[in-house]
Amino acid sequence: MEITFRLNGDAVTVSDETPTRTLLDWLRDNKGLTGTKEGCNEGDCGACTVMVTDESGPKALNACILFLPQLHGKAVRTVEGVAAPDGTLHPVQQQMIKHHGSQCGFCTPGFIVSMATDHLTGSTDHDTTLAGNLCRCTGYAPIIRAAKEAERAASPAHMKDTLPAPAVVTDTTHALPKTSDELAAWALNHPEGTIVAGATDVGLWVTKHHAELGPMAFLHACEDLKQISESDEAITLGAAVTISRTMAALPYAELREMFRRYGSTQVRNAATIGGNIANGSPIGDSPPPLIALGATLHLRRGDVRRTLPLEDFFLEYKKQDRAPGEFVEAVSVPKRADRLRVYKLSKRADQDISAVCGALYVPVEDGIVRGARIAFGGMAGTPKRGAHLEGALEGEPWTLEALDAALPALREDFEPLSDMRASAEYRMTTAENMVRRALMADEGELLSVAKVRA
Amino acid sequence: MSVAKPLPHDAARLHVTGAARYTDDVPTPKGTLHLAFGLSRVARGRLTDLDLSAVRAAPGVVDVLTAEDLPAANDVSPSAHDEPLLSEGSVHYLGQPLFAVVAETHLAARYAATLGKASYEEETPILTIEEALAADSRFEEGPRVYSKGDVAEALTDAPHRVSGSLTLGGQEHFYLEGQAAVALPQDSGDMIVHCSTQHPTEIQHKVAEALGVPFAFVRVEVRRMGGGFGGKESQGNALAVACAVAAARTGRPCKMRYDRDDDMIITGKRHDFRIDYEVGFDDAGRLLGVDFTHYVRCGWAMDLSLPVADRAMLHSDNAYNLPTARITSHRLKTNMQSATAFRGFGGPQGMVGIERVMDHVAHYLSLDPLRVRQENFYASGGPLGEVRGTKKLGTTPYGMEVTDSVIAELVEALAKRSDYAARREAVARWNAANPVLKRGIALTPVKFGISFTLTHLNQAGALVHVYADGSIHLNHGGTEMGQGLFQKVAQVAADRFGVGMEAVRITATDTAKVPNTSATAASSGSDLNGMAVKAACDTIRDRMAEHLAQLYQTKPSAISFTDGRVRAGQEEMSFGEAAALCYQGRVSLSATGFYKTPDIEWDRIKGHGRPFFYFAYGASVSEVVVDTLTGENRILRTDIIHDAGRSLNPALDKGQVEGAFVQGAGWLTMEELVWDAKGALKTHAPSTYKIPAASDRPKIFNVSLWNGENPSDTIYKSKAVGEPPFMHGISVFLALSDALASGNDYPALDAPATPERLLKTWQQCS
Repeated sequence: MEITFRLNGDAVTVSDETPTRTLLDWLRDNKGLTGTKEGCNEGDCGACTVMVTDESGPKALNACILFLPQLHGKAVRTVEGVAAPDGTLHPVQQQMIKHHGSQCGFCTPGFIVSMATDHLTGSTDHDTTLAGNLCRCTGYAPIIRAAKEAERAASPAHMKDTLPAPAVVTDTTHALPKTSDELAAWALNHPEGTIVAGATDVGLWVTKHHAELGPMAFLHACEDLKQISESDEAITLGAAVTISRTMAALPYAELREMFRRYGSTQVRNAATIGGNIANGSPIGDSPPPLIALGATLHLRRGDVRRTLPLEDFFLEYKKQDRAPGEFVEAVSVPKRADRLRVYKLSKRADQDISAVCGALYVPVEDGIVRGARIAFGGMAGTPKRGAHLEGALEGEPWTLEALDAALPALREDFEPLSDMRASAEYRMTTAENMVRRALMADEGELLSVAKVRA
Repeated sequence: MSVAKPLPHDAARLHVTGAARYTDDVPTPKGTLHLAFGLSRVARGRLTDLDLSAVRAAPGVVDVLTAEDLPAANDVSPSAHDEPLLSEGSVHYLGQPLFAVVAETHLAARYAATLGKASYEEETPILTIEEALAADSRFEEGPRVYSKGDVAEALTDAPHRVSGSLTLGGQEHFYLEGQAAVALPQDSGDMIVHCSTQHPTEIQHKVAEALGVPFAFVRVEVRRMGGGFGGKESQGNALAVACAVAAARTGRPCKMRYDRDDDMIITGKRHDFRIDYEVGFDDAGRLLGVDFTHYVRCGWAMDLSLPVADRAMLHSDNAYNLPTARITSHRLKTNMQSATAFRGFGGPQGMVGIERVMDHVAHYLSLDPLRVRQENFYASGGPLGEVRGTKKLGTTPYGMEVTDSVIAELVEALAKRSDYAARREAVARWNAANPVLKRGIALTPVKFGISFTLTHLNQAGALVHVYADGSIHLNHGGTEMGQGLFQKVAQVAADRFGVGMEAVRITATDTAKVPNTSATAASSGSDLNGMAVKAACDTIRDRMAEHLAQLYQTKPSAISFTDGRVRAGQEEMSFGEAAALCYQGRVSLSATGFYKTPDIEWDRIKGHGRPFFYFAYGASVSEVVVDTLTGENRILRTDIIHDAGRSLNPALDKGQVEGAFVQGAGWLTMEELVWDAKGALKTHAPSTYKIPAASDRPKIFNVSLWNGENPSDTIYKSKAVGEPPFMHGISVFLALSDALASGNDYPALDAPATPERLLKTWQQCS
């Protein structure tokens, strides 16, 4: 392996490492840059946050689940590179001291990097952008005060990283396809291989399960898979489009709000829409709303392409309609009137995996339901449509009485499980209530705790 | 004057630049080895075979240790010697360390540790309270009972009675820095240990016992922890001992840190409780008798469970003068992680019990819960302990007169400042108008007893050197885990010498500098170490004054130390010049200091005495909104007034209050520990165990310190602040319960009040 990137301003070349070496371990063990901390080793706590700049700009990422090859051609800035080279503290560092934003200090480097990245990009929705940085000491209040006060200061020049000169990869340990054609050829030759896009899930296979991934292909150089295109009917997202970009590209308000709570800034900046689908998790949050919208999945194997309704991709738990050597190339999301309702239910509002994710697209013509599409995550072994419920609602008035008569059908659609996130009964009850909530929302009822103010 | 100033944390600049070193960041010598534990996969049984051949053959493995390989004691218990480092054949919980891998790298050790093949003769684990009671599986011979007056009679005679039951979940500490230790073998058989621990002395003792050497052979150093919260009081013993044993065996430095999942699976958490209650009261809501029964799940080993369960009993009155009370406490032994210290140390659980009773009584009588609370408050004491108003001083159920209460006036101030009455009416109006989203509000007080209940722990030592240039080396037995102890104590030292903070050099806690220390726990850090440092500084200052008085022909009392200057009559010099003069005059400029808390005595078996030097007070009012379709909820506003006495550092103390509140609210809301039927902890990572995130703090969050001083003779009349504000989170729990209280039935909400529990309670009571 040989890759080149910039580290706190200086170009570095890394060789003699395995492609599953994480940036965090490399920073701490090889470079002695111990400011970046390991808090959870799974991308949930943000103590390892680094700023990575690529051609699309600077973004916060979790170094603990970032494999070294993903950095090729990019620029990394760690907490050690946030203060100016002459030692002058960055505005967010100054404000964190002033507002007593650190106590034990262990999460602080991650916060500092997230805050400095936000400061550079002008993000001011701090509760959202810092949801992926956990602090156990301060209760966050002083950190948010610091972030707010730092907004006014100019971002120091040294934070604007330039990318290193592109180096030729003469690498044999892993593939770095530049196009989906190259990826298709690789996948055909390596049907047992692992495709790594953002590594927000694959990373854990390594850090938690010690998995041997076999041949690996990294997607971040695959330009066509990162494209977003738009026609009159649909928006098509390449499989390697990040969740952050997906969130910005899809014009559905509640979908955007759901994605705001999906993972964290660091996760959304790495995770891809293709990964969230291909992974096949029953609790992935993007499939239910995309199914409700009637999305189409584009699969490719060698030169053979096929499309299918997204819901048909999910066959059963951990089993998808994907042949060896086949991969998700894109997903097309229809452009429709924004009647999409998305309800993400979790123990914690932000950065939590859903117990239930409900998505409802219920067209109503003259008070009558016509062609409802209702999908749930967390209710079965796959993301799944509530076909019986849709059938029971079809042609019926969109009223609470009619809905209550139709709702028993949902129990024919789903037999949810109990686990550490929720009981089966709670999942079923809340799924039913999500359908009620969609109707009440149409009636103008105030239904979001997030919108209530003291 | 350096005390009472809102100075930043002493390491703030190091924190924000990433330069602050934690145990895993300390550069290690070449050749350092790394450890990982292989864990039990069953909760109870006997090991019939442990095949470690694949472990030994794994890449990078240097050594593998089982119980048989240990040279001396196989014990990491802080109390009853019932906690082997490595299993000796019996297995008591799922996650118990069976063997230790020693490898060239951390990853190699972790990987190899997964390769052990253990065979077990499985037994049915005892997991639930009911199972433990049925098996009479408990610590101590039977339940502890503390009582005051004749409860049975009071209940019989009371005009009204209610009874109920409440379960309270445990809590994972989730210190951001996981457990970690490094052992460095020395040429003489000594061992130096760097460790993330609140209790370096205990680490020293456990390491010495494991190596079979006197305590003096072991030196433990702790500069800082990345959070502790009680989770590093005893839970670091295993790592330090394993590293020391491996280091002694291999002659190479050994290091160990738990991966987060291992940390959560291996280490103990807050004790979970069931509390049953029966209460008798009059028309005004004045309590006449309360009978509590605590069922405490302690896990597999004793650890600190007895004092934790004791403290829960000792806080069953909270801020209320109970005419009669009985608290019965069952300490149950279960096949789970051994529950341990966690901020509040049982106090929060006991306190939720009585706060639930207050709400239940108010609901029964259709009274404002605040009104019922105020009816029952302890009478206020004056600055000298004289009674204010007409109420007589109250006595706790354990026979301690409450002489320092400020709860009535503090709550009155909070109710006024937070506009409680008007907002309670607004909440009622909102709930009448909104069918789905319901609001609730609750105001809860805190009275928390300060002192270790194991009386001999209430001592501390300090070591202070003044160098000939006037720079000051400060050391004491307290540890820094983020609470700002080092800075607060340094402020004391600077004040004693009348110098600026830059003259005081804070140094790592070190068992070779101050011996026989207590854990930094029980909120005692500043109280104990501040006093010990004051004593050491004053000793040196007095010696300096005496020498300078001789030199300049004046009285020692005429020598002043202020603003970095020393004045002796007409002479004036810098502190450094004064130090140099004293050095030349052959004056010892090094001193130890010692402090022991006065006026405490406690019989934990009888449940009688004066276990606490004083009480810390506070109150909070929280308003919430709950979605009755899903149970989703938000904290809309919280106001807190907290009593830190005359604060040594109001900024750091306010930080403790804000942080403790959010942690306390997390305990009672979203933080849920789930074990499966086989005793496997299913919530062992932040992906499944949810501590509050930034948006979970209250949208409006007003925290201020009570303007008062400690009537007891504490360091600069300050009060301990680490644990007491944790219990302000109770206002969130009861506000959630209040939001559900629109039906006829009392919403008997259990904790943690996850969305699922809120919905279930709503369905039951609406």
